Amino acid sequence: MSLVFAGICSHAPGITGRAGMADPALREPFYAAYHRLRDQLRAARPEALIVVAAEHFANFFMNNMPSFAIGMADRYSGPIEDPAWLAIPRTNIPGAAALSRELIREIMQTVDVAFAEEWKFDHGIMVPLSFLTPAYDLPIVPVNINCQGPPLTPLHRAWAFGEALRRAADLVPQRIALIGTGGISHWPATPDSGKINEAWDRQLLDRWVRNDKAALLSYSDLDTYREAGQGGFEIRTFISVAAAARGRGHLHHYAPIPIFAVGCTIASMDVAA
Amino acid sequence: MSLYQLQKFLYEINRDPRAQQDYRADLPRLLEHYELTHEERSALAAGDIGLLYVLGANGQLLMHYAAFLGMSWPAYIQAMRDGVARHGPVRAGVYAMTTQMGEKVAGV
Repeated sequence: MSLVFAGICSHAPGITGRAGMADPALREPFYAAYHRLRDQLRAARPEALIVVAAEHFANFFMNNMPSFAIGMADRYSGPIEDPAWLAIPRTNIPGAAALSRELIREIMQTVDVAFAEEWKFDHGIMVPLSFLTPAYDLPIVPVNINCQGPPLTPLHRAWAFGEALRRAADLVPQRIALIGTGGISHWPATPDSGKINEAWDRQLLDRWVRNDKAALLSYSDLDTYREAGQGGFEIRTFISVAAAARGRGHLHHYAPIPIFAVGCTIASMDVAA
Repeated sequence: MSLYQLQKFLYEINRDPRAQQDYRADLPRLLEHYELTHEERSALAAGDIGLLYVLGANGQLLMHYAAFLGMSWPAYIQAMRDGVARHGPVRAGVYAMTTQMGEKVAGV
């Protein structure tokens, strides 16, 4: 049918796992924005949800690291992390193998992707799903862009991948929703955890909302590392969503929450022709 | 090469319930399957998050491993700081510490 919804959101494990350590005055408006995104997603009546994530070595490692990978199974599981640590119970999540196969076939026309018939979700997908599809009743097509193990996918390839995703979504009969999840500036999993460059984040989000391709692709990994930390490499997921949706973005929520280790972001984007 | 092996160990422990069983049953024997330096092997045998951080283990791998070990968030963050205080700056990778030793940006 077509792409019927596009959005982006944060996925840091502290969002669920350290909920009790956060200031409620910061936490609750963010959670409310996440819940509104859930309602908006549901209102679009998707039959499947593509989640473009930046996974953290749940499935892919430096022995064989794909730039892009897409799940092709009828069932996934997660989280790999200690469920008590993440505060998300371990569960099965429905997939859509036949749909994945169709999408992958089309995407491969322009972008080389790996496919995976098994895939364990980590916080990068489980945190968003715990808010957006808490009953795990919508088939998921997991997608990964390597944002962890350098050399990393160039930004212009993340854009090309988003274009390919869109072309594929428009070719299949199902109504497809798309969510990109990642952090903007952050220094996760270090003693710096909680450091956030708000000015850098707001500039990135402004470029994303305007869907300014040239500006979005102008970052170098060296500059991103210096100004936005190694977590900033995850902007690839947001960039691919902008390329797929082609429209104007709407920033619903942005606020640094240090104990969550990220500028907590919720946004959607009009799906343009 | 050995940092790669160290990280591969963490990758497999973090995602594979069978590896986790082996870890709990006989960690020294499990470690024999990896080509590690003495320092790396000792750090893994002791669950020394601070030294593993300084050795350059990818932060995401290390964070999930600390969760597997049952460490609280403040204890895990402090263990990395203590590692840097004891062993010096992070030696490899992209997860270097850029804040000051007493600078607790998130209050922990």
